[in-house]
Amino acid sequence: MRFEYDIEAGNFSKAGDASSAFKKVLKQLNVDPQVIKRIVIALYEGEVNIVAHSYGGKIVCDIEPKKVSIVLKDTGPGIPNIEQAMQEGFSTATPAVREMGFGAGMGLCNMNRNANAMNITSSAEDGTRVELIINL
Amino acid sequence: MGQAHFSHALKVDPHICFGCSRCMVSCPTEAIRIKKGKAVIYEDRCVDCGECYRSCPVHAIYIKQDDFEKIHMFSHKIALVPHVFFGQFPSQFTQNDIKNAILGAGFTDVVEVEQSVPFLIEQINKYVKKHAEDKPIISSFCPAIVRLIQVKFPSLTSNILLLKPPLDITAYNTRKRLVDQGIDNSDIGLFYITPCAAKIAAIKSPVGEEESQIDGVINMDTLFNRTFTYLSNNKNKMEINREYSKLNFRSRRWPLTEGESKYIKGNNFAIDGIHNVIDFLEKIEDDEVPGVDYLELRACIESCVGGVLLTTNKFLIAERIKNNNDEPEVIKVQNFIHDKEYLESHIAVNKVEPRNIMSLDDNIEKAMQKLTTISDLMKILPQTDCSACGAPNCNALANDIANNESTIEQCIFIQKNMEAENKLKPEESYEILSDIWGKNKFSKYKNLKK
Repeated sequence: MRFEYDIEAGNFSKAGDASSAFKKVLKQLNVDPQVIKRIVIALYEGEVNIVAHSYGGKIVCDIEPKKVSIVLKDTGPGIPNIEQAMQEGFSTATPAVREMGFGAGMGLCNMNRNANAMNITSSAEDGTRVELIINL
Repeated sequence: MGQAHFSHALKVDPHICFGCSRCMVSCPTEAIRIKKGKAVIYEDRCVDCGECYRSCPVHAIYIKQDDFEKIHMFSHKIALVPHVFFGQFPSQFTQNDIKNAILGAGFTDVVEVEQSVPFLIEQINKYVKKHAEDKPIISSFCPAIVRLIQVKFPSLTSNILLLKPPLDITAYNTRKRLVDQGIDNSDIGLFYITPCAAKIAAIKSPVGEEESQIDGVINMDTLFNRTFTYLSNNKNKMEINREYSKLNFRSRRWPLTEGESKYIKGNNFAIDGIHNVIDFLEKIEDDEVPGVDYLELRACIESCVGGVLLTTNKFLIAERIKNNNDEPEVIKVQNFIHDKEYLESHIAVNKVEPRNIMSLDDNIEKAMQKLTTISDLMKILPQTDCSACGAPNCNALANDIANNESTIEQCIFIQKNMEAENKLKPEESYEILSDIWGKNKFSKYKNLKK
């Protein structure tokens, strides 16, 4: 089963809408509450990343009986150094974004921590694609 | 819907209910449907918050209490009274007058529920410190919120504080004190004077506890009327004149919003009103609010002074409680706590289990099929949320259909369309609607001229 959500760049008032909508689906599917927690935390971090750092993007969630796969794809500008971006506390967020309570540099590592598998590809031309797998 | 395995205090009187749907629309957990012209409460979804009671224009929803005469089954008839009770009375009556009037109404002693608050605050502070990894800790005080979390936020059940609320601690304290004085346990009757439905439900089927210490529950408006009558009849001279100790400031503040959060160490939030709580818990569940230590969440606006069984305006009561500065601050917790060690060994409750009402099926593949059905139905349904189908909104109808508890013909938009396409006869359509709203609803239109 597939669910798709368009994410607008820079619209912080809507950051979290996709994760909330998908959370409702997971509850309807009676997914273990602790697994829902992990999925939603990872998804929310990814959603905020698209809002805060990208030119906009899309989240596609596929549910199968044994796992959830989530692809977060944006249109740029890409992450120059993925290894550095994965480090806890590393952030390129502007002071304005930080003032809104985002941009603490926990996003990618939090996603990694809550997923069973994570795969990032990024380039200046194609933007960033993060794939998350969470087992049910 | 799953089976009912929870006792509820909120009941619908079918003789009074005329099927208006206000309760159904106001219910935060979509626990009400209209069937044959009457409101029906789904017991597995109801959290006893009392929103339906508030919205009913004809008082068809009532709160089932114990018979007042039950107090006379015990030689020691103790009224466990929440502090908000006193805020309902005009300021000419002192708290001591009111307590004596409760004795006049038939009780042999009055104990204020919040006596145990200083002890509990001390215990909560220890608990929060010890459970740093489970943050935020969510208060277990409001039973409607505990049930709300069980049914709507299952992943947060593990955050609920596993300590008893003031009522239970005070009940243990009072009973132990009397037994130690040589009174037979079976002679002690502890009666809780409740401001809301949720507290009754929590006593009749406790969450995380084996059994309650409370022998009966009396609705607050019932005792208010009896007490007020006694006070009015004894205006010039009180027959009973016992001197009672008073609660300290923290204890008096406990039932108000911020009554907990201010006294627990850490970065805390106090949120009142069930819809506000739902909004906030959505954020907590997504981990959108980092660094929160303790959450005081209460179903009623202005907390317990907003309970449905209070007889006076909630803002007036809150103001009276806040302004009640005539009482000295000298009373210490030790004055009320009889046996601290005994209470410490009885303060814990068992883990609170989730019971997700949003789940469509235990089997994920079946649940996915149902979800597909719902999403297909939502493309057809009018999205007007008119509730003419007997469900609170289009989405709830789609859920009911997916669960084989309703049919798509219940939607009047679809009915009209089916009639126009000759797929449904007008008399069949009439039957469907009268099955939802009852035959009486349609009888008055018999001679209506065009």
